[in-house]
Amino acid sequence: MNKNTHFELIRTILGIFISLAIAILIIFAISNEPTVALKAFLTGPLKSVRHFGNVLEATIPLIFTGLAISIMFQAKQFNLGAEGSFFIGSIAATVIAIKFTLPFGIHPAVAIIIGGIVGGIVCLLPAVLKTKWNAHEFVSSLMLNYIVFYIGMFVINYYLRDVNAGAMVSQKFQETAVLGTIVPKTRIHWGIIVAIGMIIFCYYFLYKTRWGYEIRMVGQNKEFAEYSGINAVKVILYSQAIGGFIAGMGGSIEVLGMYTRFSWSASPGYGWDGVIVSILARRNPALIPISAFFLAYLRTGADIMSRMSDVQSEVVAVIQGIMILLIAAERFLAHWKNKKIYSEAKSTIVDNTENVVVKGDI
Amino acid sequence: MNALLETIFTASFGYAVLRVTTPILFAALAAQISKKAGVDNIALEGTMLTSALTGVIVSAYTNSAWIGLLGAVLAGIAIAMILAYSSLKLNTNIILSGIALNLMASGGTVFVLYLVAHDKGISSSLKSHVLPKITLPIIDKIPVIGTILSGHNVLTYFSLIAVVLIYFLIYRMPIGYKIRAVGENKDAADSVGINVVKIQYIALLISGALAGLGGAYMSMGYVSWFSTNMTSGRGFIALAAEAMGGGTPFGILIASLFFGLADALSNSIQVIRIPSEFIQAIPYVSTIIGLIVYSSNQTSKVNKLKGKHIN
Repeated sequence: MNKNTHFELIRTILGIFISLAIAILIIFAISNEPTVALKAFLTGPLKSVRHFGNVLEATIPLIFTGLAISIMFQAKQFNLGAEGSFFIGSIAATVIAIKFTLPFGIHPAVAIIIGGIVGGIVCLLPAVLKTKWNAHEFVSSLMLNYIVFYIGMFVINYYLRDVNAGAMVSQKFQETAVLGTIVPKTRIHWGIIVAIGMIIFCYYFLYKTRWGYEIRMVGQNKEFAEYSGINAVKVILYSQAIGGFIAGMGGSIEVLGMYTRFSWSASPGYGWDGVIVSILARRNPALIPISAFFLAYLRTGADIMSRMSDVQSEVVAVIQGIMILLIAAERFLAHWKNKKIYSEAKSTIVDNTENVVVKGDI
Repeated sequence: MNALLETIFTASFGYAVLRVTTPILFAALAAQISKKAGVDNIALEGTMLTSALTGVIVSAYTNSAWIGLLGAVLAGIAIAMILAYSSLKLNTNIILSGIALNLMASGGTVFVLYLVAHDKGISSSLKSHVLPKITLPIIDKIPVIGTILSGHNVLTYFSLIAVVLIYFLIYRMPIGYKIRAVGENKDAADSVGINVVKIQYIALLISGALAGLGGAYMSMGYVSWFSTNMTSGRGFIALAAEAMGGGTPFGILIASLFFGLADALSNSIQVIRIPSEFIQAIPYVSTIIGLIVYSSNQTSKVNKLKGKHIN
């Protein structure tokens, strides 16, 4: 078991290096100033407190959707509703932050919880369709994401729109609802504390509770789980609802922490990013902060690069894709792994025969 | 309401339905051929997007719409081959590799678009070409039917022909038998000497080519440019169309027409006073409803059979 995780780690790191190497090749191929671009990309985020702050700010939403996807994928449900949950969570938080008057501290808490509940419903729906009628959760959750997006935009444009602002944005949040920053000179907000709390909760939940155990069992082998008395339908439903809740919380926290009003005109795509974060972390909540930080670092570096040089930040998309393909590949490096297992087996056999020989001598 | 009915019951609306059905139909056929071989091609969305951009770029640089089309199809095949290699050779979960390719395509096309057109939104600075429209000789003269059926892009007609071609491929040709055998039971197919992986490669190759045609249509027929994420979920709607098609190319044609109808509706009922957000959501809502209706029908059929069996 331990050797297996060791191998997985090597494979993940190698996957990351290969994709970064390809990215570097691309940068050299297209840029007139490749060294400037590369330096900005790889070390840019470390150059100032503000830039490093940007990395941590970007880590927060990635942690939430990464955790959400991890819990849903642990049950082997390819539900991508996290994208919609994140978005509708942010809409719900916007509604609460503008329309309700609540005291400091309680206001954002209510907004986050409501955002989570609405987000939970969005991820629960594909699971209901799956368990009730066997409709594939992948397709229905994707369609739902589009629907949820339009519903959200409708709410903003028809009920919360700031008519005095030039663009399609909501009115400003009430001051009581905004999550304060905790590190001066950056925008790192209280959400990071909630994110850390959620990491601990998810790890404990998945690996130390019965519910978490059941989710993992259903994910590994649904039929076997059912034979051993686990109600798979129930597990599928609550794993998706919890995943959606976390994604919804993430959406609420993102708007209340980073913005003073709702201003997205397209879904920010954090649900899809959650898939990348989750695959990098091998669906283990304990590793989510590392992979979320890594992805945020890449993104921030790419942004800095596109400002300082002629290479566009979208090069990250290529890196991400290759990373997923390599890291999720079961047979990537499998040859090497098998060889290792083989040589180890051989050496233990040799040890045993030596023992026999020694015994024979006596 | 009257305005709505007036828009729907016109020949030009019928024309619009066929026009928007084309990319969904191509992608749904692409989904079907791979599904028949037991592989889920989730990467259709990204494939179409990549092909749409490739078509625009190649046609602009070669000054020929047809070479652009060829480029688009080759790009579609290339993506399908990456999917095949990673899922069949490297054993990556095919849904994850599909997601990876879709993400790569949606960011990568913007990246490439900026490189060649210096714009992150639209390819209008490239002088790309469109595929010709065809006027059907005799049908053209028939009053209503002529308006609906004639004057479409060449790819629209080809998508309809492709329905028949795929039907023959799957049900009348040796390779089709093999594809179905592999999809039904991999091990059984393997035991009678069918090279399972090779057949799945071939199915994905055809799937990629079909999705490539769908992508080419988007940027060289439906409109005459490439814009960011212009497929807007058609590759995913196609997966639903495949599920609803009941496993035959003609079923897929009907399912695609249904989604095309929803799409055309959302394009043309801007006249009524409904918030545009709701109108834009129509294709996706109808996809979910279609999926539910189809799946619940299937489940009740299965339950009925099970009930009979017990009695």
